Amino acid sequence: MKTTDEIQKEIVEEFEGFEDWIEKYNYLMELAKNLPPFDEKYRKKENLIEGCQSQVWLGAEYKDGKLYFYADSDALITKGIIALLLRIFSGQSPNDILQTEPWCIDKIGLKAHLTPTRSNGLVSMIKQIKMYALAYKTKYNL
Amino acid sequence: MLDVSKVRSCFPILNQVLYKRPIVYFDNAATTQKPNVVINTTTEYYTKYNSNIHRGVYYLSEKMTEAYNSARLIVKKFINAKNVHEIIFTSGTTESINLVAFSFGEAFIKEGDEIVISLMEHHSNIVPWQMLCERKKAKLKVLPITFSGELDFSLLPVIITDKTKIVAITHVSNTMGTVNNIKEVIKYAHSLNIPVLIDGAQGIQHQNVNVQELDCDFYAFSGHKIYGPTGIGVLYGKEKWLEAMPPYKGGGDMIKTVTFEKTTYNELPFKFEAGTTNFIGAIGLGTALKFVEELGKENIFEYENQLSNYLLNKLLELDFVRIIGLPEKRTSIVSFLINNIHHFDVGMMLDKMDIAVRTGSHCTQPLLKFFGIDGTVRASLTFYNTFDEIDYFIESLKKIKELFS
Repeated sequence: MKTTDEIQKEIVEEFEGFEDWIEKYNYLMELAKNLPPFDEKYRKKENLIEGCQSQVWLGAEYKDGKLYFYADSDALITKGIIALLLRIFSGQSPNDILQTEPWCIDKIGLKAHLTPTRSNGLVSMIKQIKMYALAYKTKYNL
Repeated sequence: MLDVSKVRSCFPILNQVLYKRPIVYFDNAATTQKPNVVINTTTEYYTKYNSNIHRGVYYLSEKMTEAYNSARLIVKKFINAKNVHEIIFTSGTTESINLVAFSFGEAFIKEGDEIVISLMEHHSNIVPWQMLCERKKAKLKVLPITFSGELDFSLLPVIITDKTKIVAITHVSNTMGTVNNIKEVIKYAHSLNIPVLIDGAQGIQHQNVNVQELDCDFYAFSGHKIYGPTGIGVLYGKEKWLEAMPPYKGGGDMIKTVTFEKTTYNELPFKFEAGTTNFIGAIGLGTALKFVEELGKENIFEYENQLSNYLLNKLLELDFVRIIGLPEKRTSIVSFLINNIHHFDVGMMLDKMDIAVRTGSHCTQPLLKFFGIDGTVRASLTFYNTFDEIDYFIESLKKIKELFS
């Protein structure tokens, strides 16, 4: 299993090849389309993170000491960034999740998407991911 | 005729290159850019005359007070109010409406009374009335609209009744650009002796506003949407209402005498201007209104009308675009959606193409619910925008459509 830092370094390398924002956004849309279909059992009100502009659903499952996340959004670019965040956080232990900051988003020039005023639900999504990690850490005394 | 390139040269921000080209600013319904005269006046007053109004007996304060008073006079003339003391400076449209909802509410609203708004109101013209209704156990009634995005006048007699105590309607829809026939609403409400407040946030900069001719009881607008500074706005109110309404905030400048037993309030307009007001903002607003008048309202509106028609026709040619609201009379605000592409994605893409638009609900969630959608892309133009910019905008939309297919 790769560490969250290793995954983020990979992401930065992938984005280094892009010449302009069109290529970047195209890649994000591709990532969004390639995300495995969202399991409809997670599409419920408790899992909805409402942004003012786009909505994000986030479900979580705990298995053998690791947390797995499933997410979806109605906006494609938001969903592309979700794909990146899932790559970083999903399948990691609660402790690793709590210690991880998604620094690569800034490095690849998408920082604006993670400002609280952007209201696309992504900041709340990261907060929610960490809440899950904290909850399971406490529950299983990790 | 308006010399657009000359007009553009008055707005320094429009020459700024963001990513690749000078910005195409199509978010004028959110806020407008500021001309040099407004920026310079603001700087000048901070640099040369800064001092508080109404207090000092010295040169600077007198000079500032004089400028503040003339700003009020400019506003009075701009909307053709009868009296200068009918012009109250506020922080913006939102505060103006809150002021009326509170003070008019205190004086005139009782349990069981009804307040009428319309379905196309901005949250700023919904929430203050809801708060009042909760406070006084009054009832909020909503005038429906048609699918073309116009007020449903056939229902006027059903919604506005002898129980109605005030009607609050927007002049222009901030989401669809609809110019409401407010004169008709006012006429009908007045036939039942009901006062009418007009939310002029999107009206003042694109329509001729003559409050005496309209005969509205209140007219609210913001400075920053008519090329003035932020944090300054206006409430026009007929003297008879303003006199009968209690103050909204307590503090300095709004009082005549204060003892711990009793305070006598100052006269209009000061009764409603507690504390130190945004006097330099007011002076900036006065400068902005003078700027508009020098260019000529008729010239401006005629050009904006051409822009609006051009944009609308170009959008109607695109088969992948759905326009939200097609009213007969409109300003240069257009809301639309592109098939299968989230409005947020469209906005993000346009941003990278140096085009600034607004996406989302535009603070009109009930209206969007009526159309069964949760957001739109909104382009709102004004007199410094150009036909070339519209062409570039349309080409950009086509490109986005391609990228997503």
